[in-house]
Amino acid sequence: MRVRVRLFAMLRHYLPDVPLGSYAERDLPEGATVSDLLASLQVPEREARVVFVNGRARPPDWPLQPGDEVGIFPPIGGG
Amino acid sequence: MWILRLNMADRTYCLEEVPESLRNLGGRGVTSSIVHAEVPPLCHPLGPNNKLVFAPGIVTGTAAPSSGRISAGAKSPLTGGIKESNAGSSWGQHLAALQVKALVVEGQPSEKGHWVAHLTWDVPAGRPRVTFEPASEYVGKDLYEVFPALYKRYGAKVAVAGCGLAGEFGYANAGIVYNDMKDGPTRYSGRGGLGSVLASRGLKFIVIDALGAPGVTIADSSRFEQGRKMLVDALREHAITKPKGGLNTYGTAILINILNEAGGLPTRNFSSGRFEGAASTAGEAIFEGNKQRLGRELYNHACSPGCIIQCSNTWHRPDGSEHVSCVEYESSWALGANCGIDSLDDIAELIRLCNAYGLDTIETGGTLGVAMEAGVIPFGDGAAAIRLVQEMGQGTPLGRLLGSGTETVGRVYGVTRVPTVKGQSMPAYEPRAVKGIGITYATSTMGADHTAGYTIAPEILGVSGKLDPLSPEGKAALSRAFQATTAFIDSTGHCLFIAFAILDIASGFEGMVEECNGVLGTSWTNDDVVRIGAEILKKERAFNEAAGIGKEKDRMPEFMKYEPLPPHNQVFDVPDVALDSVYAEF
Ligand code: SF4
Repeated sequence: MRVRVRLFAMLRHYLPDVPLGSYAERDLPEGATVSDLLASLQVPEREARVVFVNGRARPPDWPLQPGDEVGIFPPIGGG
Repeated sequence: MWILRLNMADRTYCLEEVPESLRNLGGRGVTSSIVHAEVPPLCHPLGPNNKLVFAPGIVTGTAAPSSGRISAGAKSPLTGGIKESNAGSSWGQHLAALQVKALVVEGQPSEKGHWVAHLTWDVPAGRPRVTFEPASEYVGKDLYEVFPALYKRYGAKVAVAGCGLAGEFGYANAGIVYNDMKDGPTRYSGRGGLGSVLASRGLKFIVIDALGAPGVTIADSSRFEQGRKMLVDALREHAITKPKGGLNTYGTAILINILNEAGGLPTRNFSSGRFEGAASTAGEAIFEGNKQRLGRELYNHACSPGCIIQCSNTWHRPDGSEHVSCVEYESSWALGANCGIDSLDDIAELIRLCNAYGLDTIETGGTLGVAMEAGVIPFGDGAAAIRLVQEMGQGTPLGRLLGSGTETVGRVYGVTRVPTVKGQSMPAYEPRAVKGIGITYATSTMGADHTAGYTIAPEILGVSGKLDPLSPEGKAALSRAFQATTAFIDSTGHCLFIAFAILDIASGFEGMVEECNGVLGTSWTNDDVVRIGAEILKKERAFNEAAGIGKEKDRMPEFMKYEPLPPHNQVFDVPDVALDSVYAEF
């Protein structure tokens, strides 16, 4: 199955060629989870503080569906 | 330490001993206590009976990290309630060095005039001294012109606070400006119209020269030093606050993408939670845009001496020249997504104009959003937005209307989608997509204010736990705890951004408390933090109730209860009883 993914802030260097705001596409086996996606991107789990799937924060064992849009963030803060 | 009172009716001043009741307070604790005790709640905010109080935090002026904050407080012309708005600038540290716990600006001259109050240290007398000097040459001008003139006249080492054209016009949107580290007019107590309270007393600038001043007295320096070290370690270790960490690299606008992803980035006057242009207005775009334009990586700087987080950025023009500092998250959002504007160059120009005139960027963006909704100019039209803000600086009839704030503009144009609470425009988090922050907006003594109880940390950022932002469950208690802790942090003089580190690292939290114990000679524990914070909030609340702002005003604008917000199609569904429980259960 194919999912669309974006990495933000300090994680951008794991997908350095993707322009700001654009999605990368990733093919994963059926039943793959957020963890599997992180592994395929070589993003260590401890660096991914919040992972959104279709706009909702989801845990590492969350099963992905074809067409899901995933946004991955390191620890960030501001105001 | 002293309470220094400037009586603007006759331009005299007096020094008073600090009363016991204020001895262990600082910052917001001091401003809110004095406003509560001395300002008649029903007075006109721009009339003779209001008072503007400045107070450095407990540790401001010491070597405590990221502690150069100054609180300003008064009855607000925007909300009609109590206001505390704090800023980072060396000005607060200078005031603390003069051993002034509170500077109270009171009275009103019978004839209109503009003055500079010049504060120095009288070495032989061993106390602060004030002279009043005419300021008419600085009136009617752009602050970017006026600040260099002030530094030329008063010397390179001084610190400056004051107001711009917005204050002179009496706008409910006028902030108080302070100098940044390059002596520019870019640091603000932006919210609530305090710049107009200053101007209405005939005071244009307060210039402080701390030469020869004794500095802050520390009761127990080894305890202070121990606390300081614990806090420094936490700030240096945490991914958000460490050097070249999130804030230092991308600034506060690092939040644009995560709020957009969460569907909580208010867009086109709070009509959607997603903005298609978000990525091009975010911290990543600022970092990468600067890199392209400068040919090198640029990390952020401090707003005040001694900040080790250093989150303040500078945006550059295509030719590499400096355009503006600072493109904060709130400013980038208010003048960007909220107006449908996706050009950082347009956003930067709008921020520069706000700095030039002395306007709050949040209120300005909120106002433009409602004006766009009303059809005054189209959403997304950056050039037209720039023209409207220029009118605010010129004081045209339309400019004056816009200067009166989001709620007034909504009323004048018959708009129902007006994102305010207690008359103050909402900041950059959509309450329908992040329920806890909505509770803070609704119940804060300040009007809609994210800093008053930043539940975004657990609801969006995964700091201090992880909570579902769409669920209202348990959020009243969460907001209450955050509001009380924040009132304490705002009293220490620390920047609120230390919270990211100290909420995750317990020794950092203890370090903050120990620093205060060191300065004051107290023996507070972590438990005292919420107690002291709650006492401050109760005074603020009592002032508001006496000013006619009771729990009926702790409500969201109605449209948020019936208009579902895309993409999650949520309404604000926190019941009124939950909102009322925030203050009822203190
Ligand atoms: S973290 Fe940012 S806002 Fe806070 S004191 Fe440091 S530079 Fe100023």
